[in-house]
Amino acid sequence: MVVCMVGGELPAQGLVAVVKRDCPTCRAVEPVLAELAAAVDLTVYSQDDPSFPAGLPEVRDDTALEVSDRLGIETVPTLLRVAEGNETARAEGWLRSAWEALSGVEGLGQGLPDHRPGCGSRTLDPQVADMLRVRREGSRLRSRRVEISELEDEFEALHDRGWSDGLPVVPPTEARMLRMLDGTRRAPDEVVAVVPPNLVECTVEKVAANAVLAGCRPEYLPVVLAAVEAACTDEFNAHGVVATTWGAGPAIVVNGPIASSIGMNSGINALGQGNRANATIGRAMQLVLRNVGGGVPGGIDRATLGSPGKYTLCFAEDEDGSPWEPLSVSRGLAAGTSAVTVFATEGPRGVADQRSRTPESLARSLAAALRSVAHPKLPLAFDAALVVSPEHARVFGQAGWTQRRLTDELTALLELEPAGIVRGAGGMEEGVPEAAAGGPLPKFRDGGLMIMHAGGRAGLFSAVLGGWLGGEGGSTPVTREVRP
Amino acid sequence: VTLLLCDPTGEHQPAGRPLRPRPDSLAGTTVGLLDIAKPRGDVFLDRLAELLTERGAAVLRYAKPTYTKPAPIDLRREIAAHCTVVIEALAD
Repeated sequence: MVVCMVGGELPAQGLVAVVKRDCPTCRAVEPVLAELAAAVDLTVYSQDDPSFPAGLPEVRDDTALEVSDRLGIETVPTLLRVAEGNETARAEGWLRSAWEALSGVEGLGQGLPDHRPGCGSRTLDPQVADMLRVRREGSRLRSRRVEISELEDEFEALHDRGWSDGLPVVPPTEARMLRMLDGTRRAPDEVVAVVPPNLVECTVEKVAANAVLAGCRPEYLPVVLAAVEAACTDEFNAHGVVATTWGAGPAIVVNGPIASSIGMNSGINALGQGNRANATIGRAMQLVLRNVGGGVPGGIDRATLGSPGKYTLCFAEDEDGSPWEPLSVSRGLAAGTSAVTVFATEGPRGVADQRSRTPESLARSLAAALRSVAHPKLPLAFDAALVVSPEHARVFGQAGWTQRRLTDELTALLELEPAGIVRGAGGMEEGVPEAAAGGPLPKFRDGGLMIMHAGGRAGLFSAVLGGWLGGEGGSTPVTREVRP
Repeated sequence: VTLLLCDPTGEHQPAGRPLRPRPDSLAGTTVGLLDIAKPRGDVFLDRLAELLTERGAAVLRYAKPTYTKPAPIDLRREIAAHCTVVIEALAD
């Protein structure tokens, strides 16, 4: 008669075997287990069917896999020797010599080959492994649990709860959360930032939840964490960026070795769609501002028009192909450091110049395009970023123009003469009051123009990314190191 | 089987979707009476319809095809579009 016991304490002495009926090797060693049970103290655990193996006085039910998980079983059959509660030896699969050595019984398994490999333990089935991990580690997750009933479509349910930017989001199950948190060494309960506009403390775990929603892979999480840290500083002023009627949103540029190691795009279509890391890192930061900070369009987000970059705008700088130092280095970090720089922008607008072969001519084209940020007649209004493509950067690089030189030349070209910018000039009422236009005024505040390098190898096009109010009353770009 | 998710928000809002507040009065409202197709639910609802009409409410009648399954989505939409309040007859 077969007696079944559920789980129970592991025996302190003797042999332990873990098997499953589904495994042909386990079925082949069924008579061997009966031989062993007759000769020595043997405890058998069955992973899938407690009526298997037959011919034993007792088989313990491990269909819940508690014992298999605790023993770290990877293969069935596994035979263990236990002495005083500790494992002293282990054999995986059927190997006559090992089984004989473990048991001290000679001549086991007549008719069987000397060796036959086993099968994978049920604990390693992907779904089961997730379930076991949640059982072991789920208590690490402090977030409130939200139940979605089986009558609800899970994707519709997430939209209904307001967790989405309008596109489908990935349900943050406990298993996905634990996998996401594998992407960082930081503790789940570490506070990353206080997130505007509602000023809510945000832990690593909450960032991870939004990274899951956004579709990130775990290795992107450190970049998302750094971006959230950068965006939630007084200098960046995410509250203002979210709340303003202007359409800018936070964008991220990534520098250093992490960019290529997680497969970010700095080349063809760098500012566009199609790269998972670019797309989901930017989206995850936006979702943190929405879900944790409460920056919801129509609520605190009052943008008149908004911009598509408010779904996501994140790219890597092309450092290898650049004639200049990386943005993160010009912003004070050591070369080779992985970093994010977060800046407010309405998104890119192309500047086509396919004729200029001198830096002087090309700088004039770029300055003409930069002048139109906010309004062509407004000096000291909004910040801007300039993404110079490889073919344009080559013109500057070959002429020996450093990035500093380019910035200085653009600054000089963007001294706006009073005659062109006073109210009414050019038939446009917008402009500077007569009294304020005593002399030329700079287009951008000092430090209000940021230059970076990205894009495909072909195309004499760069991009102007108009920003928002710079400096104290607005938003200043913020750079943060990416920490593992 | 329910799906258990980790709340990605700042947890300032309740996790469940709260019930809407009870109306102060039924006068002038449209009340939907939903028969879930349990036996004698119609008897109960017929009497409710009389009482509600006396109190100045407009009454619309609906029925689920079967009590064993959730109301079809179109029916739920129709009730939501036309009624302020809905009363379901659950009992046998």
